[in-house]
Amino acid sequence: MSYEIISNTGSRSFPDGDTFLDNAQAGADVAIYLGGASGEDASRKAVLIELDLECLGEHTGENKGDEGSNCVGFARYRNGNDDPSQLIELVRQPKTNEEAIATAVEVLENAGFDVVVCSDQKGRIIDRLVRPKYNAALRFLDEGLATADDMDLTCRLGLGYPVGPVERVIRGDLARHHDISVNLFYETGAAGYAPARRAVVAKRRSAE
Amino acid sequence: MTKNIQTVAVCGAGGTMGAGIAIVAARAGYTTIAYDMQEDALQHSYEQTEAFFNKSVERGKMSELERDAALANLSSTTSLEGLAKADLIIEAIFESLDVKRDLFGKLDKICPDHTIFASNTSTLSITEIASGLGRQDKVVGIHFCLPAQLMKLIEMSPGENTSEETFQKAWAWAEEAGQTPVKTQDKPGFILNALLVPFNNDVIRAIEAGVAEPADIDKAIKSGLGYRMGPCELLDLIGLDTQIRLCEAFYPITLDPRASAPPLLRRMVAAGKLGRKSGCGFYDYHQDAMFGG
Repeated sequence: MSYEIISNTGSRSFPDGDTFLDNAQAGADVAIYLGGASGEDASRKAVLIELDLECLGEHTGENKGDEGSNCVGFARYRNGNDDPSQLIELVRQPKTNEEAIATAVEVLENAGFDVVVCSDQKGRIIDRLVRPKYNAALRFLDEGLATADDMDLTCRLGLGYPVGPVERVIRGDLARHHDISVNLFYETGAAGYAPARRAVVAKRRSAE
Repeated sequence: MTKNIQTVAVCGAGGTMGAGIAIVAARAGYTTIAYDMQEDALQHSYEQTEAFFNKSVERGKMSELERDAALANLSSTTSLEGLAKADLIIEAIFESLDVKRDLFGKLDKICPDHTIFASNTSTLSITEIASGLGRQDKVVGIHFCLPAQLMKLIEMSPGENTSEETFQKAWAWAEEAGQTPVKTQDKPGFILNALLVPFNNDVIRAIEAGVAEPADIDKAIKSGLGYRMGPCELLDLIGLDTQIRLCEAFYPITLDPRASAPPLLRRMVAAGKLGRKSGCGFYDYHQDAMFGG
């Protein structure tokens, strides 16, 4: 299954030089919009729209839960500003065309990615789940529960994590963690997404 | 060997955690007394311990001589009076403040003044366990991970009244027993469960909110973060009823909404979907099919 890159205004999923960009073919059955651009094309088997912090519905519009077309959202998971992982989160709407989803899965798996499907909710899967944990770890650090190294060591030895939560969130950039958390907090109102003090400090310093 | 700690007693040694802790102590060369109220449970644990050491010899992780020495270090008793000579007592009994206090209260009258009482609690306050005891300065938290005989990590917590000397002795014992201790404050869940229990609840709430199927969540977490096991697989392994118990231990203390048991978790437990132990949880272990799939 081939794909065409319709618009690329700077992608977080596929930075310049990524082989995925090199293998695109004009006129293919699948259209891909990168870097915040979007469009509709009913003649394609699937239209893939890259997402950052936003929902797919912001590109397609929504209709009382009946929204859905051949447009599929996606994001290649990055731990903040870390390099992209091999995971791609595909985003569907309630009435998204099943063939479009299957086509998107096929295109991305053929390119060597691990693909999961989720609904059009803020944070998709991973950020929705890990950002509260990172905020908790940062708060624990402030409250003196344990040192950052001991928290990370505990998670590595006790849970088999390759990297502890403090090391990971700092590596991904605390200012970016702040932005993701604020975005989720605005949508959900859940206290776990309120950015931890250290993330707020990092964000303010990055803006100076 | 740590000065003054030569004899270690493990209460609840008829259980999985207690038996594992006894292995750690005996393997490290300490005279180890396994205590449980049930004789048959102690016998079962001893047989499993023997099998574990035999396997260790087969795999070249210990010599036959070391195995024999470790087994010789082990004895068992169903009498609390049998723990009178212990320098360190580690309890791994039922996770109840009253039950643990009652045990330590009885031991307080039996053991000499220098004996350190350690609790393997994963959720309760060390200070509250020690409260009312005559030796609050000699009570410390030593939380092992399952399976204790294989996992190196120990979370060690001093209570409000634990003396520095007690904590350092217990710390030194943990290191000499081949473990890797980390120090945490005496707060609910210490580090591990304080991070894990709410995270697992968030996963369950995401499933309930229709964000993704369990298999997709597990795949995302393993691929995107490199975790060895997905959270749904882990929940099925530890048991969904256990997750509820952890929530019920944390939430009343912390009032953290993330620590409260999600409705889906309660429904699954009510439906008998406890995880691997019941053959069905987020995954069906009879047909290898996915819950809700």
